[in-house]
Amino acid sequence: MRLLTHNMLSSNIKGVTNGFPLRIEVEKVVEKEVEINHDFLRNIFPKIDWKAFSDASRIMGYVELPEEAPEPSVLESDLEFLRKFHHALLELHLEEGALVCPETGRKFPVNKGIPNMLLHEDEV
Amino acid sequence: MSVRSSSTILKPKGGAGTVPNWTSYCFSLAAENSFDDISNKVVADFGCGCGTLGAAAALLGAEQVIGIDIDSQSLGIASMNAENLELDIDFVQCDISNLGWRGQIVDTVVMNPPFGTRKKGADIDFLFVALKVASEAVYSLHKTSTRDHVKRAALRDLNASSAEVLCELRFDVPQLYKFHKKKEVDIAVDLWRFVPKRSRGENINVGVRCPLD
Repeated sequence: MRLLTHNMLSSNIKGVTNGFPLRIEVEKVVEKEVEINHDFLRNIFPKIDWKAFSDASRIMGYVELPEEAPEPSVLESDLEFLRKFHHALLELHLEEGALVCPETGRKFPVNKGIPNMLLHEDEV
Repeated sequence: MSVRSSSTILKPKGGAGTVPNWTSYCFSLAAENSFDDISNKVVADFGCGCGTLGAAAALLGAEQVIGIDIDSQSLGIASMNAENLELDIDFVQCDISNLGWRGQIVDTVVMNPPFGTRKKGADIDFLFVALKVASEAVYSLHKTSTRDHVKRAALRDLNASSAEVLCELRFDVPQLYKFHKKKEVDIAVDLWRFVPKRSRGENINVGVRCPLD
């Protein structure tokens, strides 16, 4: 599971008001290189919840991202920033671990890179 | 309501799950050539099964693909398929009807939903969630026999701004699942393109039960 996906997933347990973002517990992180697409990064940037993303990247072991979202103009010219953004968003994979509901503490296991978000009967 | 290229009745054979591989290809061609909904976009494959639709989207230039399915066995196969094709696809195990989702990152949803023969309205449930998640378009397969019902549900109840049948496909579904009663059946299926109504800046948080229940 890459951080782009993590930025979209939320806990939908019954009674939870805001299940986003899920807290990450790391057991194994894998890095897989993919080709960078600058235009894609510029388009996706405003849609990302930056705080959730940069916090998550730190937990995954990557400390290069700023805590505050930079101004969009930075993406126009700062190739170094784009590279870091790309790396954290698309090249870091949580292979084994868990995603934790921020309100209930319930753990959704992640195995072989696939989070299991299935709810138990009493959580629906 | 007219069907564009109604003379295009495609009769594919074979494939993974119940969506023949080259149907996925046609699906993606429709998305890419006519509407530019795949290239450089974030695509989600709802009920991905073995991942054929998502893989087709990736091969046709989708920037990021996420496959969602309820069944771990299918996801295992989908994972393997993606790896064999050297495609970088994320998979999530989840029940679509209680998917927890945030934001407008997904541009296009592609899906071959369950047709609602076991659980009535299953395909409409999928459409409900798809129209909430996709910011640009939803491509979906529904039985031709339900065409009017699907159109009405999409436009009247599910907040679609448009609902168009792109073409009709006809294929043989072999007896794959225990609940399939016949040895083989020939069914007509519509490939739809839906556009969600979305106000600018609307932040979505899905996970509500389908209102048509």
